[in-house]
Amino acid sequence: MATQTVSGMPQAVSPDAPETQAPAPPPAGKKKSGSRGPGERSLAASPTTWFVWAGMAAFFIFLVGILVSVVVDSFGKPWFDSWLPDAFSASWYTDAWSQFGLAHIIVVTLIVALTVIVISVLVGVPAAYLLARRTFPLKRTITLLFLLPVLMPPITYGIPLATVMYNFGLGRTLTAVILVNLVPSIPFVIMTMTPFIEQINPTIEDAARMSGASMRRVFTKILMPLLIPGILAASILVLVRTVGMFELTFLVSGPSSDTLVVAIYRAMTAAGGGEARQLVSSMAVIYTVTMMIILVVALRFISPTQLVARVKESRED
Amino acid sequence: MSTAALKAGKGGTAAKSTASLRHRLAERGIDTSLLMLVPALFFAVALFIYPFSYGIGLTFQPSPEIQQQWGGGMFANYVAFFKDSFLFDSVWLTMRLALPVAIFNVLASIPVAFKLRQRFRGKKLLTTLVVLPITLGTVLTAQGLLIFAGRQGWLNRFLIQIGVIDQPVAFVNNYWGVVFSLVISGFPFAFLLISSYLSGIDPSIEAAAKVMGANWQQRFRRVILPLLAPGLATTSILTFVLAFSVFPSARLVGDAMGSTRVMSLMAFRAFGEQNDYPMASTIAIIMGLIELVVIAVILVWRSTMYKGSTGGKG
Repeated sequence: MATQTVSGMPQAVSPDAPETQAPAPPPAGKKKSGSRGPGERSLAASPTTWFVWAGMAAFFIFLVGILVSVVVDSFGKPWFDSWLPDAFSASWYTDAWSQFGLAHIIVVTLIVALTVIVISVLVGVPAAYLLARRTFPLKRTITLLFLLPVLMPPITYGIPLATVMYNFGLGRTLTAVILVNLVPSIPFVIMTMTPFIEQINPTIEDAARMSGASMRRVFTKILMPLLIPGILAASILVLVRTVGMFELTFLVSGPSSDTLVVAIYRAMTAAGGGEARQLVSSMAVIYTVTMMIILVVALRFISPTQLVARVKESRED
Repeated sequence: MSTAALKAGKGGTAAKSTASLRHRLAERGIDTSLLMLVPALFFAVALFIYPFSYGIGLTFQPSPEIQQQWGGGMFANYVAFFKDSFLFDSVWLTMRLALPVAIFNVLASIPVAFKLRQRFRGKKLLTTLVVLPITLGTVLTAQGLLIFAGRQGWLNRFLIQIGVIDQPVAFVNNYWGVVFSLVISGFPFAFLLISSYLSGIDPSIEAAAKVMGANWQQRFRRVILPLLAPGLATTSILTFVLAFSVFPSARLVGDAMGSTRVMSLMAFRAFGEQNDYPMASTIAIIMGLIELVVIAVILVWRSTMYKGSTGGKG
């Protein structure tokens, strides 16, 4: 790998060719690997490249295997010692739907997710605005305070929090489920929105304010339209996190306030070896399909890499 | 500061006439707009600080049974934790899972992030596919692993078919089951973070190193790695947090009473099954402390590494 770059060195110095630094992916074109012109890459991929692609392949085999086997299982009538089930039917879905009251569980999940989104956006965005734009005393401490719930494992603060909830008589209620889910969600909105707000040119607000707009008008007429994409992205991520949040919800939820994940877990670990595997599988498929739709929609709006750091992609491309 | 003061003086004329306390506060960045911070602070204090301090207080109020069995007065919970090998061993069991998995996830995602940084056809699709497992959640991953990698699953079936093994291998319901599930959920996360940090590095810096004649390894070690170090540290911390708090998969695809009896399981057992809230809080707080120690170690390592690399370059 080293030799190949060094030999290509004298020519490949055009500043706009930063992609040539890493070895090429497996052969895609049909060029001779011998004499390479400026900017061209070796087609014989190095061992490390193959290693990476082999690892990726193994990862995808597991991933696809996991997904497909759950789907097949959820449709299979009896499936024990064979490659595929003997017969297919959708009866597990109807069974799961009636036996677990999935309609109720899904409604609960949506109520929790939407309430959490609304509250955490309403609370988080103003705080993110201040953190992005202003300096004030104790700013570092406050930032750290907002960061902590994201850094801590949920169960660490979840157990004391759940204890408090039970003490207040909120245990197993919908309110408690919403409240515990707010703990990581609000900091998450703040963390995603702060860099997003920093990107917006402050002179726009200054101009509005110099033209006599009040703080409220600046917010509603100037900032809101600019913030919408960021808020949308943050909301979708909070939605994904809340629907997928197991630990915190599990600690405070009860039969009437279980979200989908918790219901699946309870079905898997129910006394007496758990429910029939296919029932669980069909619930898991419902869960995954919901999540996939959310993610695909999310990826249409946002680039995954723009979440953590500001990306110079526009300049690169 | 000047911009802050400018912005703070929103009622320009009013503030001028009374260049008083309010004005001076505004100059230091304190004015009524800070009220926007209040709701967030309220939630942070009410739902995080208060329960946390309450939990710490709770650890010093051990239940009578614990006190009787282990002694130690108000520290009985801690005495019990460190003396009861059933509890204390879970620290080691958790670390044995979380550390290797976190290290693997971070190390494996570096080359993958590098590969996926260059332009090629299907890049967006591949990135989406890698990131997709984040949405699967531990419960579905567990169910899938049980079916796919179970004794009669496709994986064993395939391996037997091609003659690699003649007996089904136990991939799940043990240590490795949890490892697989943690890699499947943790690797995409690490990849997402690393690739975002990687794309934050100005490509012209690397191009400059290339012009100066640095080869691939030199560029990686002397240019990319130091610039990536802060991102690597953050990623390691977050990946470790994910793996460290493993709970559902340890129960579902692991051996919950044996090799994957992790701390969070013990904490939940005390909380949900024994209703011993003080003990549950104790385990949770100790988890937090171990977590902080690991974070501190990572931060120290990052600071030494960063200085070392830039110094060597100088």
